[in-house]
Amino acid sequence: MYTSPKVKDAIGDLIDKGHYNLVINLEKVRYIDSTGLGVLIGGLKRVREHGGTVNLVCTNPQIKKIFDITGLVKIFGIYDDEDAAMKALV
Amino acid sequence: MNQPVAHPNRSLGIVELRIPSKAEWVAVARLAVAAVANRLNFSIEDIEDVKLAVAEACTNCIQHAHGSDQIEITCETEPDSLTVRVRDYGHGTRPEAISSRRVDEPRVGGLGVFLIRSLMDSVEYDVHPERGTNLVMTKKVTN
Repeated sequence: MYTSPKVKDAIGDLIDKGHYNLVINLEKVRYIDSTGLGVLIGGLKRVREHGGTVNLVCTNPQIKKIFDITGLVKIFGIYDDEDAAMKALV
Repeated sequence: MNQPVAHPNRSLGIVELRIPSKAEWVAVARLAVAAVANRLNFSIEDIEDVKLAVAEACTNCIQHAHGSDQIEITCETEPDSLTVRVRDYGHGTRPEAISSRRVDEPRVGGLGVFLIRSLMDSVEYDVHPERGTNLVMTKKVTN
């Protein structure tokens, strides 16, 4: 909750500059809560308005579990590394 | 700083913590409860579940309990379970604000209660628009 505004601003800046297909690497994220999930969902909604998408890089089992139980695995593309996430964009 | 207070004379292990109702203090609650949970035989994964549930509960207090500047967190340990009470004295919380949902369509907000209910074994809310919200949630030791 405390750091999510910075992430929201960073994603918003990219979208404002016309980047609508995003890969967000969560490998260094050790903890995510509903506020963080909300920031990612908000970003996804914005890029979808322009035909884009958001792919995530995530291998942390605890964080993957959160995406799983919330059903977000069906909404985001979740990949084990950046190469796979980038290739899935095209 | 508000320090956890232990009550050694009770049969249960009880730890009470009061934090300011501000986002920057949520991590303190999360880590304090993790330290309590660590005294039981919880797996690391279960402790992570409890930490996230407590953080979500505190976040709900901060976002919805207007007029409450403190959050009370009470941990009660038993050999096979941990019960955490998260209490605020704010007003304005509506019962529907604690409704639970899973994401079928992407929508910002509303996931916190769903996560709490998913991660803990039992969850009870007592919501009163004037007296605040009392959340009682329990995690059982499974291994």
